[in-house]
Amino acid sequence: MIEFDGVGKSFGATRAIDALTLTIERGEFVVLIGPSGSGKSTLLKMINRLVEHDRGKIRFKGEEIRSFRPEEIRRRMGYAIQSIGLFPHWTVARNIATVPELLGWPAARIAARVDELLALLGMDPALYRRRYPHQLSGGQQQRVGVARALAADPEALLMDEPFGALDPVTRQTLQGELARIHRASGKTIVLVTHDIDEALRLATRIVLLDHGRIVQAGTPAQLLATPASAFVSDFIGRSDLGLKRLGLQTVAERLRAGEWVDGEALADTLSLREALSVFVERGVERLAVVDVQGRPVGALHFSDLLRRTG
Amino acid sequence: MRIAMLRDPLPWSLAALLLLAFAMPLLKPLFAAAFPALARPLYEQDSFAALLLAHVLIVAASSAAAALVGTAAGIFVTRSAGREFRPLVETLVAIGQTVPPVAVLAIAVPLIGFGEWPALIALALYGLLPIVRATIAGIETVPQSALDAADGAGMTAAQRLARIELPLALPVLLAGLRTSVIINIGTAAIASTVGARTLGSPIIVGLSGFNTAYVIQGALVVGLLAIVTDQLFQRLGRHLGRWRLPA
Repeated sequence: MIEFDGVGKSFGATRAIDALTLTIERGEFVVLIGPSGSGKSTLLKMINRLVEHDRGKIRFKGEEIRSFRPEEIRRRMGYAIQSIGLFPHWTVARNIATVPELLGWPAARIAARVDELLALLGMDPALYRRRYPHQLSGGQQQRVGVARALAADPEALLMDEPFGALDPVTRQTLQGELARIHRASGKTIVLVTHDIDEALRLATRIVLLDHGRIVQAGTPAQLLATPASAFVSDFIGRSDLGLKRLGLQTVAERLRAGEWVDGEALADTLSLREALSVFVERGVERLAVVDVQGRPVGALHFSDLLRRTG
Repeated sequence: MRIAMLRDPLPWSLAALLLLAFAMPLLKPLFAAAFPALARPLYEQDSFAALLLAHVLIVAASSAAAALVGTAAGIFVTRSAGREFRPLVETLVAIGQTVPPVAVLAIAVPLIGFGEWPALIALALYGLLPIVRATIAGIETVPQSALDAADGAGMTAAQRLARIELPLALPVLLAGLRTSVIINIGTAAIASTVGARTLGSPIIVGLSGFNTAYVIQGALVVGLLAIVTDQLFQRLGRHLGRWRLPA
């Protein structure tokens, strides 16, 4: 879907991106992560030509991005940013309709799409359609920002620290919704963040950058299990590496089916990290597990958490 | 509701303005009583309604020209192509503003002669500065995040200007236009010294002929015109900025 081939970019004497090669496949959720100044944001903005690269080639669906007009390629990719950038003089509906309007969709199709997206992001269309951005909370504004990015059903979604300015609870909710949207739509998403937990939670592939180069790229499990260098383990955080590994798996994956114990049950969709917290809090060694519908499905032993990732 | 309407100064000042413009002759006995020494206590060379119309026309024409040129200049120097001209444009309009309007009129007369044209040109030049300044300031108030989002959504430079920058700059731009028009209403009165027929005519004639009644009559109507115009702008500003108001 998106290929970087020996791409470089310099700002004056500093090399922001240095001979970088990376291929992003259709349907991937790639998280670009790294310390400040690692070039992650620059890399993202090069995809829709908000920043032009100096060296190498960037291809979108096999075609060089320079063969498109910048406006055209931007309209084909959704774009969401940390500062959200809703247009304060437009209603929520018109904000979401930005790209469809630029593409000249008929009004009825735009209106239907706006309502569909508001509902998708858990906002009642009848209540919010006509509001102005300043009448919304920060979390609601970013929901509208995400809806705007999704509005024209783009082929790829580019997100630059979209949840960076939100409080932890809202951030988690929106991360969950984005993961759900990714699973349901199969869209290619490229997201920039400096938050390793966000990366581990959302990514199908993490690309860790430093000084404009890729330090390591791989699935969250690969990064946790085999960090390529001391820099990677430091960045992920040595002290709670084990907990982060547990965070990648759900109770359902380690469950002893058919076994049953008494007491309050765990949902099998919880992460093993959350299960560990329940073990410690209740001071028990075995817990009952139920599925989403609340039906008992088995049990989880404390020792099950210690089995190596398979 | 009814009380609020009565408290609104716009209908009152508008009624007073129209009354004075059309019914000034009815006040003749009043001015005769107040200034018994004057042989002619009422300005009668022109009707005040005609003077008001001429005044409004000359202000409207000069302000429209100033708005057009000023906004265009303000937009130009905030584009990447025109950025380097910004100090030059700002200096030029600032110099224009420091020259007193009478001097501009005095320079204009030998060049273009007496009449409406020197007045129009002087007024248009004089009204430029607030508009150029407000256009630049207004465009600068547009949040960077909105500009980034507009670029990221794939707007062209023209679409970004028309849909995002100008509408968001409009309240500030309108404040500049308001200042410019109010200044011009006052300055247009002086323009009657170069032969333009405005509400300044009775004032100038009154001043040179020691006729205080003429001066008061002209000044009253000019003053009311300024008040009415200012309130119309205030109302327009409120209407255009309604998206800022809480629901």
